This record gives sequence, structure tokens and C-alpha cells, in this order.
Amino acid sequence: MNRISLIMAGVFATVIASLFGLVLIPSMQFQQMPPKEIFAADGSTTMYPVALEDFREAPGKEVYRSMGCVYCHSQQVRPEGFGADIDRGWGQRRSVPRDYVLQNPPYLGTMRTGPDLANIGVRQPTEAWHYLHLYDPQITSPGSVMPSFKFLFQTTVGKEPTPPLGSLVIQLPETSASEPTWIVPSVRAISLVAYLKSLAQKYELEEVQ
Amino acid sequence: MNTPSQAKGPQHNFDTMDVSVRADIDRSCREVVLLWYASSVFWLLLGSVLALVASIKLHTPGFLAGSEWLTFGRVRPAHLNTMIYGWASMSGMGTLLWLMARLCKLPLPWREGLMIAGLYWNGMVAIGTWQILIGNGTSIEWLEFPWWISIPLGATFLVVIALSIKMLRERREKHLYVSQWYLFGSTIWFPFLYIGATILIHSPAAVGVAKGTANWWFAHNVLGLWLTPIGLASAYYFIPKVLGRPIHSYYLSIIGFWTLALFYNWAGTHHLIGGPLPAWLVTVGTVGSMMMFVPVITVAVNHHLTMVGNFSKLRVSPTLRFIVFGAMSYTAVSVQGSLTALRTVNETGHFTHYTIAHAHLGVYSFFTMIAFGSMYYVMPRLVEREWISSRLIKVHFWCCAIGILMYWVGLSIGGWLQGTWMNNPDIPFMDIVRRMIPYLWSRSIAGTLMTIGHFAFGILVWKMLRREGGWLVDPTLFVSRKEAAAEASMLKAISDAGVDE
Repeated sequence: MNRISLIMAGVFATVIASLFGLVLIPSMQFQQMPPKEIFAADGSTTMYPVALEDFREAPGKEVYRSMGCVYCHSQQVRPEGFGADIDRGWGQRRSVPRDYVLQNPPYLGTMRTGPDLANIGVRQPTEAWHYLHLYDPQITSPGSVMPSFKFLFQTTVGKEPTPPLGSLVIQLPETSASEPTWIVPSVRAISLVAYLKSLAQKYELEEVQ
Repeated sequence: MNTPSQAKGPQHNFDTMDVSVRADIDRSCREVVLLWYASSVFWLLLGSVLALVASIKLHTPGFLAGSEWLTFGRVRPAHLNTMIYGWASMSGMGTLLWLMARLCKLPLPWREGLMIAGLYWNGMVAIGTWQILIGNGTSIEWLEFPWWISIPLGATFLVVIALSIKMLRERREKHLYVSQWYLFGSTIWFPFLYIGATILIHSPAAVGVAKGTANWWFAHNVLGLWLTPIGLASAYYFIPKVLGRPIHSYYLSIIGFWTLALFYNWAGTHHLIGGPLPAWLVTVGTVGSMMMFVPVITVAVNHHLTMVGNFSKLRVSPTLRFIVFGAMSYTAVSVQGSLTALRTVNETGHFTHYTIAHAHLGVYSFFTMIAFGSMYYVMPRLVEREWISSRLIKVHFWCCAIGILMYWVGLSIGGWLQGTWMNNPDIPFMDIVRRMIPYLWSRSIAGTLMTIGHFAFGILVWKMLRREGGWLVDPTLFVSRKEAAAEASMLKAISDAGVDE
């Protein structure tokens, strides 16, 4: 009998210790990291990090989650001298905990079948590139193994569609379509691209040094 | 310290156990354990198909590309979750219940409740998998089921914990065997981890990157504190049982248990080395991973010294062959895991298929092979029929063994190269993608082989459930007892002749 309560106590103690050590104590540390004022060269100030806006970016993060982008793309830049992230242009500096304090949850990722996306908003700023890439990665990146997300678009072949007011129409490049083809991104595609464009760890932070 | 009389084992307990008592215990487990086992095989087959779809998509992205449900980012987590919560957890639970009953020398109590729990578990895994496929997965690795699935699923364990405590209190065999320690630990650890991590990730309790550490605290411990204890409990039981000799050292096995409990917990953050974490947090993960050498070597020595002199039995017993394969893989995967936690190794191996190969060495080569071996031992005793074909068991073993070896070798080499190329900024990223294609093909081929093995096993289990095998004849071994005896006497004659010379 004693032995059973002893095993139970030991079993609980070990796992609770690691819960505190690995999760709760670091979490308390991150809680004390409010967004910071950054002073730009022109004298203006910005707060960093910035929360996603609710109209497009936050729903876009949900599309990112729903499509499982995290299984091939990380969102973290490794430090100089550990891997070649900075040399590859994936970021200007390494990522730090402050970059993620407003992300709930952060999609750090553990796999790089595709490149890191921590700064994709800076690296690929044009919307048209993102739409074509999502529609068919072979158009922008021949040889890619990324799945196509054609189901996030409406495709029209032959003549240019007249979409509802305000929505985008993109014509596929002639090299990748036998007939003139136009695509209209759905709300989900628009949100996803807005989210991707928001991804940028752009400010120098003193803790990076 | 370690005299033979102290080295107790299941054999020691059961020599004196009345055969009819044992048969009664087996009968009490029949419906419950068969339900958990049969369900697990269903999930194994479904998970294998999902795995193949995901694997093919990685080198041929046009495959099933039109379907939103089957996009890679959904099929992959659907595969992982059906395998972990469907196959591994359900087969593990079947073995756990049976081992508890046998080792406590008690008929299984609460049978109706455990049947309902099995059906409920199946329902939850089915809904969870469906939710992932329709896009409601969480994209938190190993915790992809929506929180409203994870919490009720973990809560099932309240029944299992209560059952374990009840059985351990009422047990008729006073001596606690090491398997019981492991099983009891795992029943407490798993729900604590699962529910705890779900709350941490879906509530404001953990902030920013702490959600990432919560993720890996959980994901690493699902293998370490849920599947590993069940796998080791099975190996600790079945190896001595099949050999008919006690485990080498009881004390070593207890040291192994407590060091595992102490150190495994802390290893999870090695999945985030180089990531945006405070340095001390990563160091803790590395130290925890290094300390894992203690329990691993303890277990390896103990199992090896139990096996010594009996390796020829691997030719005969399917249970032993699967379980020894698994136990050896445990040593291999743990040593590899500890080394992977070193910064220099991690710099190359992280973010690549090398990690995927490592994960499969753990969950497949170690846990799954032991689960197969356990089921080969337990199911005939529940159904009271023998396995229908030793040839099919051979097909199963060789497909899985060669399959996982090929999988591991292909992806380890490919992943290591991938990491080396990725760390060389002169190689364009798209070149790496192209160069990886052959290695990804090798995975699809290996996966096909493993899937063939699983279907062979599926046929065997199906025939078993339909009671098509014989009973009260020789057990289905790779080499029948008569052949083995004839061979043994021949060998003896040869060696005797050798002595005469």
C-alpha cells in the first residue's frame, strides 16, 4: 500500500517539476515583456511587436493553421553561427522571445521542407507573387514540392471574369496556362496573404546583442 | 546485491500459479482487451494509408492535389494522430489492462465500463481525425485534436487511474513487478500531460514561446512517459516469460524506472535548440537528454543479460522476435536521441527529415514492434485459438523490419544531407528541394512495405477474431516445436561428437 502511494507521489513530483521548469517559469518571464517603444530615425515611435489586425491578418493566421503550413515552414531565425538562416536572407537578426509574446500560439515549426517564414512579409512583399505561388507553386518556384491551393481561388478560363466590387482578379502568366486564365482569390486566400505579409521581425532589439 | 533469489520475475510468480486461475483471468479480459486491440488495428491500417498519401505528396505534390481535405498539411497530422491516439494508445491500453490483471492475479474488474470507454475512445479519435481533415486541427504538433476532443479523451484516464489503484490495492500477488511500476506511472502521466498541455496551449496560462515549450514538454513526453513505459513494461514481462527465466536484476529495473521518471521530463526542449528561447531553457533540455543515458543503459543491460544464451529462441518465437527487435531499437533510438540534443548535431539534424527518421525509430521500431509482439502473445490466450499462419507472421515481421530499417536509413542520410546543404548558404534552397526527392521516394517505398506488413497483420487479427485457428495444438511459431526439438538434438549430437574427438 505504502509503495503505491510512494510511486504515485514520485510520479507526480517528477512531472510537476518539469512543468514548472519548462513551461510555467519561462512563461512568467515572457509575461514581463510588454510591447516596446521603438524610436525610428525620423523621430516617430512604433510599438513592437504588433498584434494582428482582426479584419484580415488574424483570420489569415487561422487559414495558416487550418492548412497545416507549419508542417513544412518554420517561423524562427536561428542565430548567427548556428545554421545559415541569416546568410540565406531569412532574417536580419535572430528571433527572440519578445517577437512572439503576442502570438497565441506561435507557429515556431520544426521542419523546413520549405523555407523559413519568420520574415516572409519583408522578403516577398508583392501580393500578386503570393497569390500565384499559392495558386500553383510551380508558376513562381519551378520544382517546388509545395501543394497547390487552387481550392482557395475561383478560376475562369477564356474571358476575364467580372468579380464583385473590390475583389482582385489576377491573370496567370501565359507560360503557365494554355488558354488565358484568370483567378479570383477567395476571402481565405486574401486573409492568408495578409497574414503572410504581416510576418516580419524587423526591429533591432537590444536583447539580440 | 543481486543474487538469483532476489531477481524476481513473472516466471517466479507464475510457476506456482494455478493454470485455471490464469485461464480465468484471461477470460475476464477477453472482450475488453479484444475491443481495444481490434480498434487499434483498424487505426493502424487507416493511419498507414494516410501516411502513404502524405509521403507520396512530398515527392509528387500533384497527387490528390485537388482535395482540400487531403492537402499535405492535414493528412500528415491526421496520420500522426490516428497512429498515436488510435493505434499506439489503444493497443497499449489493451496490453496494459491484460498485464495489470495477470500481474495482480486478479480478474479484470469494471468490464462494462472499460468496453464503453473503448467505444468512446474510438468515437473521440474518429471525430478528432475528421476535424483535422476538415481544417479544424490546431497545428500544434502531437496536439492537433481540437481542445474539446483532447480534454474528454484525456479524461477517460480517470477511469484507468482509478482502476489501476483498485487493482494494485486488491492484488493477490504481494510482490510488485517492475512492469506494474511502469504501467501505473504511465496511466498517471498521460492524462496529466495531455490535459495540462491542452489547457496551457489554449488558455492564456502560457505566453508566447512558453506555448512552444508546453508543446514539446507534452509531445516528447507522450513518447517518453506514455508509450515508453508501456513498451518497457511489455518487454520486461514478455522477454522473461517467453524465455522461462527471471529478469536479470530487479534492482536495475527499479533504478531504470526512477531515472526515466526524473530525466525524461526535461528533455523536450531539445526540439527548440537554436530557437527563440532563453539559453538556460535549452541547456536544461540538453542536460535532461544526456542524463537519459542512465535509464537507457540500465534497461539495455538488464534486457541483454536476460537474453544472453537464448538468442536462438528468436528463430522460434514471434513474440520474442518482435519484442527483442523493439527493445534493441529502444536502446538505439535513445542513444540517437541523446546525441541529437547536442548543439553540434542539432545544428544539422534539426528542421530536416533526420528528425522524422528518429521519431519513427521511437514510435515504430521500438513501440510498435513491441506492441505487435505483445499482441502475438496475448490474443491467442484471449480467443483460445492459435494464429492461423506462421507464414503470414513472417511476412508481417520481415515487411515491417526491412521497411522501418529502409525508412530510417533513407531519411537519416537524406535528412543529414538536407541539413548540411541548408547550412551552406551557397546552395540555393530550391536545389535542396530537388536533391531530396530520391530520399523521399525511398520513404514511400519503405512505407509501402510496412503497410503490406500491417495488412498481413490485419488479416491475422481478423482470422483470429473469427476464431479460425486451431486450439490445444502446438502454438504458431516460426519453427514448430517438433522441428526445433529435432534440430536441437541434432546440434547436441554434433557437439557431443565434437567433444569425443
